[in-house]
Amino acid sequence: MSVADVGETLEGRTGKPPRKRARRSGWSTGYLLLLPGLLWLLVFFVAPTIQLAATSLYDSAGSLEAGYAMTWSFGNYLDALSTYREQFVRSLIYATTATGLALLLGYPLAYAIAFKAGRFKNLMLMLVIAPFFTSFLVRTLAWKSILADNGAVVETLKSVGILAPDGRLLATSVAVITGLTYNFLPFMVLPLYASLEKIDPRLLEAGKDLYANGFTAFRKITVPLSMPGVVAGTLLTFIPAAGDYINSELLGTPRQYMIGNVIDNTFLVQLNYPIAAACSVVLMVVVVVMVLLYVRRAGTEDLV
Amino acid sequence: MNRLQLLGRWTAERMTVFVAGVVLVYMFLPIFFVGLMSFNDPTSRLAYEFQGFTWDNWRDPCSPVGMCDSLVSSLQIAFLATIGATILGTLVAFALIRHRFRGRAPTSLLIFLPMATPEVVMGSSLLALFSSAGLAGNLGFWSILVAHIMFCLSFVVVTVKARLAGLDFRYEQAAMDLYANEWQTFWRVTFPLVFPGILAAALLSFSLSFDDYIITNFNHGNTITFPMFVWGSAQRGIPPQVNVVGTTMFLIALLLVLSTGLLQRRRSR
Repeated sequence: MSVADVGETLEGRTGKPPRKRARRSGWSTGYLLLLPGLLWLLVFFVAPTIQLAATSLYDSAGSLEAGYAMTWSFGNYLDALSTYREQFVRSLIYATTATGLALLLGYPLAYAIAFKAGRFKNLMLMLVIAPFFTSFLVRTLAWKSILADNGAVVETLKSVGILAPDGRLLATSVAVITGLTYNFLPFMVLPLYASLEKIDPRLLEAGKDLYANGFTAFRKITVPLSMPGVVAGTLLTFIPAAGDYINSELLGTPRQYMIGNVIDNTFLVQLNYPIAAACSVVLMVVVVVMVLLYVRRAGTEDLV
Repeated sequence: MNRLQLLGRWTAERMTVFVAGVVLVYMFLPIFFVGLMSFNDPTSRLAYEFQGFTWDNWRDPCSPVGMCDSLVSSLQIAFLATIGATILGTLVAFALIRHRFRGRAPTSLLIFLPMATPEVVMGSSLLALFSSAGLAGNLGFWSILVAHIMFCLSFVVVTVKARLAGLDFRYEQAAMDLYANEWQTFWRVTFPLVFPGILAAALLSFSLSFDDYIITNFNHGNTITFPMFVWGSAQRGIPPQVNVVGTTMFLIALLLVLSTGLLQRRRSR
């Protein structure tokens, strides 16, 4: 396995479709190969999604023990949106900020790996995916130590005057966004790297021959050619960040709660399935619409 | 080119490398802290600061009640989910690249959607399905496994598909020309060529499954996985042994990645 395979994979979602190969077997083999996998997705992905949509329209006056009645209560959506508007908005703001930061941090890293790393290229790629293999939760909890009230980071910021003497980072939006950016950064770097690495260096030479300076060449050649990676990376960062509630729970307080916290709590603690399902459906619709708009604008039609 | 431009270019060249270095530090800071905290000797349970050095956590990693049990559950689930998802996903990838069938567009969409859906949505919809089917009381190992195979499947399909799409079809034609039958061609030529992709997909599945908290949390019943154990203990105060597990996982992964890298280099020589 090469590390580039993983990057290739992540980028493959929005990359160009493969060339059609010569077909040796007839039609039936294709269906047989597809059947088990697609059936699995139908039963454990499509059916649950339909059930989720149905649950969101149940009468919210019912209870889990007594059972819910299907009353087509579209009012659940109004309830969910008005009660949890703050968390919805916060999720979008946090996820957008984290995605922007990840792009800002990930681009130079991916660029350096693709063009400057030389023989350390593979080593650096390994370093990028290595954190994947340590538990997400354990790594997030480590931020609690890093940002601790009398830790080095807080003390430094205080001495420079960025942070007030009684200020703290833990339990603030800064901590949650730091955690989100950190956790999803590899999802940004790998597709960016995969698209940057494909750029033919001769194009850049040609640009320079035509009197483009380094910056112009970067802006007019490198950036446009790396767009598939930017699109894939942005989506791969934004989607999990918008639904995440591990960072806001572990690094924030209820004042930093995102919509994921609400869905988790409403489903599992309050046991109010219809409202929780309505929140879930809204989140899904927002994400899917944004993905489709974004993919269409960026011009990559083939998803898989 | 004047001096100013040269200076500009010089800083630009160094800047990217410098920023990249800073970003790598950002990515590794938590891992460094996980390693550090694995030697922590906390005075109170809710301490997140380093208070004293001890070897005890490494000598007796299983001392927190339930931690090693949860680790075993996670490993079992990740192992089985990897096998399930890798087989199902590889078959789908072969169908997508090598075979004709109707409904290619909806199939691609169906494979893409689980990757574009936030985990919290998938977890909650599975719970909605299971509870409407009257299974809410029987959730556990099996429901976690089923869910993990579901969300790993799409990642396997894209990984294997990428490898398969980059394969030179002429190798297989050559084998056939040399009188290999379809079966021999597949096992002697196609499969070994696709294998790195399958291995990458399996590793990806394993880490996705092992690390999953959100989807598991909705469907776990009474089964506690390692991420669930960590979450639960984060409320009460995290035992430093959790960091021993984190560090060990990191070291194993590093060893694995480095050895495959070396192996690949030797083979390509």
